[in-house]
Amino acid sequence: MGKKSTNTLVLRIIPYVSILSCLIIWQLIVVLNIVPNTLLASPLQVIKLFIYKLNHTQPDGGLILVHAFVSLKEALIGYVLALLIGIPLGLAMGWFKPIDGLIRPLFEILRPIPPVAWIPLTIFWFGIGLSGKVFIIFLAGLVPVVINSYTGVRMTNPVYIRMARTYGATKWRIFIDVCVPSALPMVFGGLQVALSVSWMTLVAAELIAADSGLGFFITMGQRLLMPDMIILGILMIGLTGVVIGIIVDKVEKRLVAGMWR
Amino acid sequence: MENRTRALKNFKVQCVGISKSFGEGNEKKLILDDINFGVGDEFVVVLGPGQSGKTTLLNLIAGLERPSTGQVFVDGEEVTGPGPDRGLVFQKYTLFPWKTVMGNVEMGLKLSGMSKKERREMASYYIDLVGLKGFENSYPHELSGGMKQRVSIARAYVNKPKVMLLDEPFGQLDAQTRYLMENEIIRIWQAEKRTIIFVTNNIEEAIFLGDRILSLDGKFPGRLKTIYDVDLDRPRDRADTSFLKIRQRITEETMLIL
Repeated sequence: MGKKSTNTLVLRIIPYVSILSCLIIWQLIVVLNIVPNTLLASPLQVIKLFIYKLNHTQPDGGLILVHAFVSLKEALIGYVLALLIGIPLGLAMGWFKPIDGLIRPLFEILRPIPPVAWIPLTIFWFGIGLSGKVFIIFLAGLVPVVINSYTGVRMTNPVYIRMARTYGATKWRIFIDVCVPSALPMVFGGLQVALSVSWMTLVAAELIAADSGLGFFITMGQRLLMPDMIILGILMIGLTGVVIGIIVDKVEKRLVAGMWR
Repeated sequence: MENRTRALKNFKVQCVGISKSFGEGNEKKLILDDINFGVGDEFVVVLGPGQSGKTTLLNLIAGLERPSTGQVFVDGEEVTGPGPDRGLVFQKYTLFPWKTVMGNVEMGLKLSGMSKKERREMASYYIDLVGLKGFENSYPHELSGGMKQRVSIARAYVNKPKVMLLDEPFGQLDAQTRYLMENEIIRIWQAEKRTIIFVTNNIEEAIFLGDRILSLDGKFPGRLKTIYDVDLDRPRDRADTSFLKIRQRITEETMLIL
């Protein structure tokens, strides 16, 4: 009994130990000047910069949380647009042949183009502000959302469809009452994929052209030769991504629970 | 043809000169050949080994498939597609996993446009009839195989179909549950009589359940071989001498094809 509980305690501690030792090694590398401080900032310097950036707009012109908020806003608007258009489109394509025939050729052309490839054209069209980012996120998110919704409907167990037909259900009712709920888990799988693709694309877009946002913050760090800024930007991107992931997961759980009954 | 149809009109279900083949050209395969029979207000069992086309026959009556030749009539009207006048219970569990027991049972009524209060009431009655009172809000994955098939039976019954079509509904159950469910389907049927066409490959099950047994020849194409009348009182005793006698006769006569 005693041995078992020490074992679980050790297992629980191990992840923290690994993170902590990495931080210590990292700190030592900088302190002992193994890598010069002009190329790498120590963890303590990054934390110091983070605290400083909480209430100072210098040197890049914005508070760190404002940058995070800008990125978050761009990502969420584009993402929600992709869902609002992509989910109904994919579902309908999966069930109604004419819609499939109409949209699919266009979609198949669009699909293999990496969303990042759209960035130069979007700068032409929308400049470096919000709308351009939203457009790119929308394109990036649309593809996985449509594909998963489409596949979800196509994978509806034919037995369920037969069952509904024996009730005399119309094609439309079968779509609404059988195909859509049955596709739902697949649709949400698509949402998760779309989320990570959107976030990655957004950062890429901000690195290339932006006047605010986390990607812009990193670029500024590069221009000002401040490795601590770059690292802080990277960490903030990771953290913000985790936060969005949690939000989407929560919403998803609530929606699925609501629909599957 | 006219006369034949009229003569069969006393039946709830009539199959007239049915054949069914799948595929084209060299791949073409005859599954059912020259099937003629009528079913009245009774419990009829279609008995046949694997590959005798018995499931196809049921799908033809259900309207899920169309016969290559011949016609199926339900209450004198030709079957051209699936409809709520024929209730189906499949071997595979076909409950909608995203709906509760109640949601599954009331689905057909909902699609026919019945008000929520009315359909809740009717669905509750049939959930009770199949012995699942208290499980209204359970999801299919929370139920055992036997319970799932009870829901399927309630779901077919609630639409008040003219005919119930059951395709090896107990085929996936363990032996003990299967015996129990055979007793249960008779109890439910006696509480509310329906025309039932029940497909099985199990001779004992056929004799226990059926007023009549239509036996199909094995290996495609399936042909109607013999019709047995089972004149045993219910509840039937599987170990009774008269039961065993019929069992032996059917076994001997179907042996060659098994």
